[in-house]
Amino acid sequence: MKKLINSPATVVAESLAGLAAAHPELAVNTELSVVYRACGPRPGKVGVICGGGSGHEPAHAGFVGTGMLDAAACGEIFTSPVPDQVVEATNRANGGAGVIHIVKNYTGDVMNFEMAGEIAQANGDVEIETILVDDDVAVQDSLYTAGRRGVGLTVMVEKIVGAAAEQGLPLAEVAAIGRGVVTEGRSMGLALTPVTTPAAGKPMFELGENQIEFGVGIHGEPGRERRTHATAAELAEALGGPIIDDLPFVSGDEVIVLVNGMGATPLIELYLMNAELSKILGSHGLTAARTLVGNYMTSLDMSGASFTLLRATPQRLALWDAPVVTPGLRWGA
Amino acid sequence: MADVVTVDGVARWIHAFREEVDSKATVLTELDSAIGDGDHGVNMRRGMDAADDALRAAVAGGEVAAIGPAFQKVAMTLVSTVGGASGPLYGTMFLRMATGLGSAVDLDGQGVTDAFARGLEGLRARGKALAGDKTMIDALTPAVDAMRSQVLAGGTLAAALAAAGAAANDGRDATIPMLARKGRASYLGERSIGHQDPGATSMALLIETAARTLGA
Repeated sequence: MKKLINSPATVVAESLAGLAAAHPELAVNTELSVVYRACGPRPGKVGVICGGGSGHEPAHAGFVGTGMLDAAACGEIFTSPVPDQVVEATNRANGGAGVIHIVKNYTGDVMNFEMAGEIAQANGDVEIETILVDDDVAVQDSLYTAGRRGVGLTVMVEKIVGAAAEQGLPLAEVAAIGRGVVTEGRSMGLALTPVTTPAAGKPMFELGENQIEFGVGIHGEPGRERRTHATAAELAEALGGPIIDDLPFVSGDEVIVLVNGMGATPLIELYLMNAELSKILGSHGLTAARTLVGNYMTSLDMSGASFTLLRATPQRLALWDAPVVTPGLRWGA
Repeated sequence: MADVVTVDGVARWIHAFREEVDSKATVLTELDSAIGDGDHGVNMRRGMDAADDALRAAVAGGEVAAIGPAFQKVAMTLVSTVGGASGPLYGTMFLRMATGLGSAVDLDGQGVTDAFARGLEGLRARGKALAGDKTMIDALTPAVDAMRSQVLAGGTLAAALAAAGAAANDGRDATIPMLARKGRASYLGERSIGHQDPGATSMALLIETAARTLGA
């Protein structure tokens, strides 16, 4: 393992110290690994927080700032934050109008946010609404699984919900907008190489030279199946088809598109994948109203990509276009 | 030996479990890499290091003098340090084990069995999992059953805990052919079959360690 680290145990805290040094508009509680806006919560504005394991940068700490998150709770690498961290993030985001918890649907995240919500509400008067993101069509959603994973759509939820909160909408309305996004957004991804966490020090699964992990998550967990590597056109079809069929997106729909890199895939390949996705959308009568291409919901040094599609509505497009000023996403300001 | 568990016994148990987790962290992580996200060993080690330190300091400082508060100290430390699903699950288990113990300074076989049974109920409620879902519940459920049978039959605490340890290990092994229905392993569908569940493995270690320390 060759990584730019000092020790596996200190990666998260040391990286957040670097984030804070680069962005004076952000503050970091280094003891609890919570990033928040240095100006503090705006009184009367709904607070928006997200949290999860680290290793998905820029998610989620890189999305703290005007127009997006008020605070992010950063767990250990690929490990949900503990309730203390989520309570701290909630307090940092609480401007008296309630706080939204954006939670990716993983067993650990759900339980830790649940316990944090119980603690925060027992400690003080804060109303909490949880938006559970579960967009990964690679996972069968049934009584017999933990449900679909939260992956790339989380970035869109953070952006749109953050914008709605910034505009001063009340808690229930912001939560409803967020849940609407979850209802009409879908994702799927693949890995060309496995991920190596600093703690494990070796790849989390083995992939042959000619193999890809299809329907992969963002924590180095193996995907649903192993396939033979193929052309970008074939892989784009294999990802895009099931996403379109699942909602389903129908001819005439406008969509917001995220072509997301897993961390180690160069932009030239991501843009190439977007060209393939554009053809697929066209053949289904879908129009990409907005497109974001880049590494936004990553899995450390894994190479690969995911597609996310969200049905566009005039409200979602307006919130998507609203100004945002964060380390990871910045436009319109 | 006295046929009861004391605060010192609990401290010995937690310390011994910490040592087990330290020495088997790599195994736990490898099991978790196969069907989960490869952090179980690291997380459990971080949590048990903290829980053991916190409990020993609290006992030495006189802050913890009864069984309930000892379990509570372990629970709160695990919840604050482990993360993932294991933190809330082990935390909830110890928290529920403490429930209703008041200022009791020792527990007999019945008391220990009741405590583990409450812990199991807590796990089921927090994790919304059932026996057979390929989780830590599959190690704890047979352990509690074995403990209860021994106690009902008039067996000693040591015999009850020894039976629980053996049953937990059997339960752990029984997770190998199971299809995972909870946690990250469930995303794998059929591919989860043939792998031993990491949570059941750490749970079996916890029970087996209890047999060695609380029952000895």
